[in-house]
Parts: sequence; structure tokens; C-alpha cells
Amino acid sequence: MIQKLFRIDILIFLLIVLSIISMFVGVSQIHISDIFNLTENQMSILIHSRLPRTVSIIIAGASLAVCGLVMQQLTRNKFVSPTTAGTTEWAQLGILLGLIFFPALSMMGRLFFAVALALLGTMLFMSIITRIKFKDVIFVPLIGMMLGGVVASVSTFLALRADMLQAISGWMHGSFSTLISGKYEILYISIPLFIVVFLYASQFTVAGMGEDFSTNLGMNYKLIVNIGLFLTAAMTAIVVVSVGMLPFLGLIVPNIVSIFRGDHLKGTLTITAITGAIFVMICDILGRVVIAPYEISVGLMIATIGSAIFLILIFRRVKDA
Amino acid sequence: MISVKGITKKYGSKTVVDDVSIDIEKGKITSLIGPNGAGKSTVISMITRLLDKNSGEVLLEGDNIFTQPHGELAKKITILKQANHLELKITVRELISFGRFPYSKGRLTDEDEQIIDEAISYMGLKEFEERYIDELSGGQRQRAYIAMTIAQDTEYIFLDEPLNNLDMKHSVQIMQILRRLCRDKNKTIIIVIHDINFASCYSDNIVALKDGKIAISGTANEVITKEVLEGIYEMEINIESICGHRICFYFDGVIEGDSTELAANYLIGNA
Repeated sequence: MIQKLFRIDILIFLLIVLSIISMFVGVSQIHISDIFNLTENQMSILIHSRLPRTVSIIIAGASLAVCGLVMQQLTRNKFVSPTTAGTTEWAQLGILLGLIFFPALSMMGRLFFAVALALLGTMLFMSIITRIKFKDVIFVPLIGMMLGGVVASVSTFLALRADMLQAISGWMHGSFSTLISGKYEILYISIPLFIVVFLYASQFTVAGMGEDFSTNLGMNYKLIVNIGLFLTAAMTAIVVVSVGMLPFLGLIVPNIVSIFRGDHLKGTLTITAITGAIFVMICDILGRVVIAPYEISVGLMIATIGSAIFLILIFRRVKDA
Repeated sequence: MISVKGITKKYGSKTVVDDVSIDIEKGKITSLIGPNGAGKSTVISMITRLLDKNSGEVLLEGDNIFTQPHGELAKKITILKQANHLELKITVRELISFGRFPYSKGRLTDEDEQIIDEAISYMGLKEFEERYIDELSGGQRQRAYIAMTIAQDTEYIFLDEPLNNLDMKHSVQIMQILRRLCRDKNKTIIIVIHDINFASCYSDNIVALKDGKIAISGTANEVITKEVLEGIYEMEINIESICGHRICFYFDGVIEGDSTELAANYLIGNA
């Protein structure tokens, strides 16, 4: 039943409907029937607040879901994602270091630091997991989470010393409410990265079959893994810089898609991206509605709904094994 | 022809493969036999450039394989390692399509699709093509992997213990397929195999390894002899000729080494 509904056209339709809803849900009442006679004020809210917010949700949701998918493929482990590999914590540390050294750092400058540290952290994670002999499916993400925990505490310590605790707590809980025009455009950098991921879809799938398998097919395994790591680190860092942390997303969405559509990236990339956007959109709309006129941050909503789904996934896997 | 000249592999101070030279004859099935730890898998991993060697060289039609571009080599040589890629949910057809990767880098052309279809029907996998590989039985899965190597369309096919975990029927099926590939498509096949009777019945040439060195290399008839095999496996092996095949009997022979006494004690209840 769900399998039949899991089609690109149905998902795109759902995403469009949700996007329209997202455009008309918020503190200022704008009804969809007003669309042809908007006041100047309403028009401005739609263009400078609601539209950026909706676009950000789509790009951020799709980015993190795709990052998770690629990371899972490259590490051959279903429980690895930007959250469980510590990538987001490294990106946060990067922004913090950037701001400590250059207090007036621009958005692009922050992004540079975030990408650099996220890449460093992901490489470190990869070199640890290729070195350990004990490659249990749960053990690998645990290493990532511990690493992330250490990095996060370093960040907290530095922030405490630099009197910037408030700033970092902003990146800890992702939120779309501050993304108005002028602040969200950095997310557009993800789009060319998306295209590169699509171009390398087959290569990533082959890499997921292992190093010997890839070499046998004449592919430069190490190069492809490094390209994949760079793309995921950069896309994750872009989201952390602009939106903040959206936990679990890269973990849950690819796993759900894999259950219904298998693991060949050619068939799953687009669906994973759209499902990621839909998931974040639903969480964000709920967050805006539940305690209106106040808002629950999307990071909290995703964590709540996501951890429930994550548990279901783990139990499913235990049952299958 | 592939000429292996004096390849050596060391892990630290331990030499696992020591100065091995083999000439692999075209259009024939060559089996690599030998006790556990003799270095069989290491040898074929080095010949197929999956593993770096410490010294020696491997020449494919006279050219050093280690200096050839990876992509080009993948059109000439393929190796199937003992299969354990089951973490991924991949359909049979997707797996076989990987075989075309050296040619089209993932963007399959009509010609690729046609070659994939041929490989599927050659291996009798039509009814399974949309199934996930982890849903197949061992024999079906091994056939799917072999179909992938057929789609890769290389002249040389290396297989590392293709009969592992297969029952007699499926083992025979795989070996007959390999022989058919040799005959119909003029492939050169090199297999690592443990069952010396399968090696005896299906190979043209046999290379026996012991302690990382070549013990003997020759035609099946030259290698499957009492003296040679007893020397390699250190146990009593009798050879009978049945229906034109040389069959080894080794089930109640005397085993050299100190484990014999232990085993005997165990059998009579003294252990």
C-alpha cells in the first residue's frame, strides 16, 4: 500500500500542497482566498518571509536527507548520517572558531569555516571507522556520536570563554523563523552541489559495494569516497550555517526510502530529496500551528517525531536480523 | 595470456606469497588449489591488482597490469571475490548492470541494456531480475554475480572460491556454467577451489600452492596424482579412475601431524 504511494509524482504533488499550506500558515493571517487582492503589507510578508521560509525548508530538508543517503552508502552503514557521524558538531565548531578569530565574519566566511571543519571531522570519522576491526552496525554510529559529543563540549567550552554561549545555542536548535530574504540565500549554494551528487549517483552506489568491488569495475574508489565526503560536509555545513541543526533527518528519511525503494541511488536520490523536504515541511508547519501564535522550533519537532521513527527503525532491524 | 613473474607479498616480516610465477593459458580453466593459508586468495588478489605486491610483475598480453589505467583493465579482467555485499538492497538486474560500469560509467546505453538482458537469460535469471539479491538462495545469488561478470565482458574471469556454501547440485551447476563460458565464449577462467575432486573433474590446468610457494603447476592429469597431492596436503590420498575422471579418496586415510592422536582419542572416548 505505502509502496504504491511512494512514487515521484505523488510525492511532488504532496510537496506542492504542503508548500502552499506553508505559505499561508503563520502569525499574520493571510487567507488563500486573498491571493488576488493582497494588501502591500501582506504581499511583503509573503515575499520576504513566507517564501524564503518555504524555499529554505525544501532545500534544507532535501540537502540533509541526501547527505545522509550518500554517507550511508559510502560507509555501508544504515545508521550513519550528518548527526550520527558528528558532522554537524564539527560545522558548529567551525562557525564558532571563525567568529572567535574574526568577530565581524560574514555569512560566507562562516560557511567557509563550517565546511572546512565539517570536512576535517568527517575525514577523521572515516579514518577511524576504516581502522577499527569491529564494524558492528550500531558501533560505528556510536563512535560518531561520541566524537560529536566531544566536539560539542569543546565548542561549549570555547563559547563559554569567549562569551558566545547564546550564539551557539542558536545553531543547536534549527529554526526557519529567522530566515527572511537577505539571510536565506546562502542555501542556494546547495543546488549546484545537488547536481554534482546526481551526476555521481552511480559511482556512489558502486562505492557502496566496497573497495574491491569498485576497483574491479575500474573505479577510483578513494577519489569517489573523497568527493562524496566533500559534498556531504559542504551541504551539511550550509544548512548548519543558515538554519541550524536538524537532527535525525539524514538518518530517518533515507532509511524509510530504502525500505520501499532499495539502495540503488539512481532510483532513490530524487525520492529521498523530496521526502526529506516533505518531512521537514510537515514538522515546521506543525511547529507553527501547535502552540500558535508562538512557535516550536523545527529542530525540536524533528527530534520528537524523528526519535520515535528512529526507534521503530531499530526495532524493525532487530526483528529482521 | 597472463604471465605472473615472481610475485611476492609480505605482511611485516612474514612472507605469505613467495616468488610465485604462473603462466595462465588462454581459453582454459585453471584451478588454484592448496591447503588453508597457502596464499591462494592473496595470489589472485595480486594478479587482479586488488592487492599491492612487494615485488614481481604481472603481464597481460605482455603489458604490466599495474601501469594500465584502471578503467581499461576492467574491460579485460574481472574478479569475483567471496560474496558478502548483502548490506545493500540491490536488485538482480541492478547488480548485473554494474558489470557495464567500465563501459558506460553508470549511464546505460541501449547496447548495455541488451548485453545485460543476454547475461540474464544466459544465466537463467529472467524470473528473478527484479528481486533483491538478499532474497535469493546461495546458488541463485552466485549465478547473479557470475552474470555480472558476463556483462562486464572481460576475457579473463577470476573467481575466489565460487563454490563456497553451495550444495552439490548448485556446485555442479556453477562449474558447468564456467565450462560453458570457456567453450561458448572463449573465456579464460581462473578459480580458487578447495574441493580437489571438483578441480580434477572441471579444470584443464591446476596450480597447487603450499606455504606461499608453487608446489606444482601443470595439466589436471599431471597434478592429480597420489604423490603430488599427499605432498601438498600431508595426508593419505588414494586416486581412482571413475568414468574417465580421477577421483581422490581421502576420507579415512592417515593424517600426518600431531592432531591425529587427539582425533583418535576423541573417537574412542579418551578426550
